[in-house]
This record gives sequence, C-alpha cells and structure tokens, in this order.
Amino acid sequence: MTTQALPIGMIGLEIRRLARNKRTLIFTLVMPAAFFLLFGSSAEYRTTRVGEGNLTGYILVSMAVYGAMLAATSGGAMVSIERAAGWSRQLRLTPLTPAAYIAIKIIVAMIVGAIAVVAVNVVGAFSGAELPIGAWIGCALLAWVCSLVFAAFGLFMGYLLPSENVMQILGPALAVLSFAGGLFVPADQLGSTFATISKFTPVYGVGELARYPLTHAGDVWLAVLNVLAWTALFAAGAMWRFRRDTARV
Amino acid sequence: MTLTASLETTAAVHLDGVVKRYGTVTAVDSIDLRIRPGEVVALLGPNGAGKTTTVDMLLGLTRPDAGTVTIHGLSPRDAVARGRISAVMQTGGLLKDYTVEETVRLTAVLFGKPRSAVKAALERAGIADIGDRLVGKCSGGQQQRLRFAMALLPDPDLLILDEPTTGMDVGGRREFWDAIRQDAADGRTVIFATHYLEEADAYADRIVLVRRGRIVADGTAAEVKALAAGRTVRATLPGADRIDWAAVPGVESSEVRGDTVHLHGRDSDTIARHLLTETEARDLEITSRNLEDAFLTLTAEDPA
Repeated sequence: MTTQALPIGMIGLEIRRLARNKRTLIFTLVMPAAFFLLFGSSAEYRTTRVGEGNLTGYILVSMAVYGAMLAATSGGAMVSIERAAGWSRQLRLTPLTPAAYIAIKIIVAMIVGAIAVVAVNVVGAFSGAELPIGAWIGCALLAWVCSLVFAAFGLFMGYLLPSENVMQILGPALAVLSFAGGLFVPADQLGSTFATISKFTPVYGVGELARYPLTHAGDVWLAVLNVLAWTALFAAGAMWRFRRDTARV
Repeated sequence: MTLTASLETTAAVHLDGVVKRYGTVTAVDSIDLRIRPGEVVALLGPNGAGKTTTVDMLLGLTRPDAGTVTIHGLSPRDAVARGRISAVMQTGGLLKDYTVEETVRLTAVLFGKPRSAVKAALERAGIADIGDRLVGKCSGGQQQRLRFAMALLPDPDLLILDEPTTGMDVGGRREFWDAIRQDAADGRTVIFATHYLEEADAYADRIVLVRRGRIVADGTAAEVKALAAGRTVRATLPGADRIDWAAVPGVESSEVRGDTVHLHGRDSDTIARHLLTETEARDLEITSRNLEDAFLTLTAEDPA
C-alpha cells in the first residue's frame, strides 16, 4: 500500500484553502488583535501592574485565548460546510479513514489556532504589553493547547448544525461564552452569583489556566478540571454525531 | 480450477440477493447481478427505482440489510481503499474554495499517487487548462469533468457514474461520453446509472433495467427492447389472409393488409425462419420498437 494512515500532504492544502477564506482570516487573526488594541492598550492599563507584568499583558493573554478559541472552533466547524457540500461523502470514496479525517481537522484547527496566538502576541509586543519572558511563553502555549477544547466544540457543532454559515451562529455564541467565562471582564467584578456560575462555563478554565503563568492566582485545579470536563463533553458529543454521520453516509 | 471458481474471481461486480430497506420502504429488493470486466453497463430506471441505493452499496457508502456485494472479490470498502473502484457522483462532492488542480492533488495525496498522476488525470478529463480556476467558478460541465478526473486518479478497474450528465448541455454531454468511451475502450469496466434512455441505448453494451428495487430486464439494448415489446416481422406475401397466423410458432399477434403481413412476437427469428422456409414470403423486414417503449412497458406500475 502506498497510502499513508495520516496523509500529511492534506494539511498544507487545507491551510491554503482556509487562507483563501477572508471571513475566517478576519475572524481569527484580525478581530482578536483589534479587540486587544481597543480594550487593552490604554495608558492606564499599561501602568497598572498585574503579577510581574502589566494589565495590558493580562488582556493580551485573554485575547490570545479568544483568538485561539475562534480559530480552533472555526477549524472544527469546517466539517459542517464540508458535509453540506457533500465533500465528506466524496472523501469516503478515498482511502482516507473517518478517524484520519477528524485528526486532520483537529491538526488544521490547532495550526490556525497557533497562528492566531502568535498574531495577537506580536501585536501585543509592539503595543506595550509587559510580561516576564517565561510567563509570556507559558501563557501563549497554554492559550494554544487549551484551545483544543474548542476544536472539539467546533467539531461537535459542525456535526450538529447542518448550516453552511455555522460560524455566524458560533461567533456570537463564543462571545457570550467569553463574557460568561470572565475572559473579557473578570467574573468577580460582576457579582458573586455570576462569579460562581462563571466557574462552570467552558471559557473559564482556559482563561484561568492561560493567565496563570502571569498572575499565579486562582484555583488551578478547578481550572484544569473545567478544561478536562468540557473537552471530554465536547469530544463525546462530536464522537456521537460523527458515528451517526458515518453510519448514514 | 472449476468454471464457477473462475467466474467468481473474474467478476468485476457480484451482487448476491442484495436487499436494502429504509424504514418500511424497500429500496432494493433482492438483486442478483454479475458484471464481467470490461463491460459497459447501464443501470436504467425511473427515479426511485433503487439505482442510487445500488450505487451506494457498490461503493460501500451504504451497507445492505441482506445479501453480499463484492467488487473483484473484495468488499466495497476494501475495493475503494485500494482504488479498484471509483465513482463520479451526481452532484456535490466538491469544495468551492479549492482550485481544480488542488482538488485533484488532494485526491492524489489520499491515494498516495505522485504529482505526475495529477497532470495525467487533468489532461484525460480535459481540464488541464483550468487547473488554477476555483471550483466555485467552474461550470457544471467543468465540475463534472473534475469529478471524472478525481475518479480516474486511482486508475480504477471499475468506474461508477451516477446520473453523470445531469445538468449538462448537449455539447458537454457528448464530450463527457466521448471521454468515457475512450476510457472504456482500454478495458475499464463502467457502470452508469441513468434515466436517459438515449444514453443507455447509445453507450451501454448491456442494460439492466430496474423498477421498484428489482431487475426487470437485463441484456443488450436490442434484447431489452425485444423483451418488452417484441419485434415486428413484416413481409410481402400474396394470399397472406388465407393463413392461420396464430398457429405459426412465435407469433403473438398478426395483421394482414393486402399482400403485406405484420407479425408480432418476442422470438422474431423463429417467425422469420418460418416465413422464409415454409412460405413464399419476401422483402422481410424485422424491426424492434424503440427503447422508450420498452422502458415504459417494463417500468409501468402494476394496474393493481
């Protein structure tokens, strides 16, 4: 057999296709950076200290999480468009296994996620964000790795929603989840009830973990539990829909 | 090796008692079919006859509820994975934001074929000149030829075409079939589902007529026509009105107009032989009704 279990050559082609989609680019690369400049780079924020860095750095990490989240979700949600176009069915006429297809989708989602994290951080570096170098790398890596939960979320939604414009639903949904998870505004500023609810929403864990290298604050284990629980839940959901889908097609 | 064993190994397609149900609807109702390598077979039938379900089972996209499907002795999924069988589907199956060349390149990557195979497939499908065009900007005919290029890539033994010319204009249809014909001439087995009678008549060596999930006729275009409507043998024979035509072997109905007799029957050879050896008949003419008549007769709903 000349075919590979995981066709690496497919990844480059997929990235090339994604790069052609202007909406995806604006969504995942431009918007988080713009939000950072808008909400995080004021003179007041630059002088407010957070841990060993400044508040601008803190917002930078949050926006990196947001960017990675959007990228990973839209990467995963690509399955929706591909199912609607009959592409998944076409792929079933090739040696590509359904599991390898999902693996490719996740890898592509994570690559775009990495680009999104890098983009926000580069903008941040030139706009007054201050973090110790170790914390900077740690935050960026955690923001990226934790966005895996949203790759699973995107896949699940991609299988659940048959819409061609699935990101038009998921974009606002992610914004709401980001507010609920304290990514845009710290949850405890919005009252104690809200802060409690916040801990159970999917963005909370990712945000807390990604900011930990900078803040060294918050309950790390609760955040880890949050990320693991939501990843498991979304992955199980995606698996469930995926099985139904391949049984039918 | 026994004869049956050799048939078993050489059959391009073997369907054995295949049944597929969707809820209470039986889409395919016990189909037995054997197709030899190199045959060009039309799967002809009205919409909802079970053609697409049959095609899906050949490709392993749907599993039969009963019976077995083998492609060159392999399960459909194995045959697909090894590139022994490929298909041009009716619609969809393409992504708008890939270029033509990228789409074929991706297929090549999945089949582990080299870059050179991409160029060859594009050329064979006649779309090498539009390789850089986005799929979303291609016409229906161009997209269909792209699907054809993708199907050619694994160099399959068996090519399945599901309603391949739907939505093409006459010119596009012709070019498409020319490409397929040329391809089949090299020995590739081709099965195509269609509800265009002319296509089945013009391009298939063999027609399998399906109705309500069953095969109702199977043979060459001429045989299928004869099956439904029989043939008419016309001859000039003075004194034809004095003969009891109903007693002549093979004759199912007759009509005498002056010195001309029209005899209808499925076995036109026997009728002709009788006319030529037992009577003074001359100017014999044997005609079959067209495929459309056969199609309508064989696929008509039961009066029940």
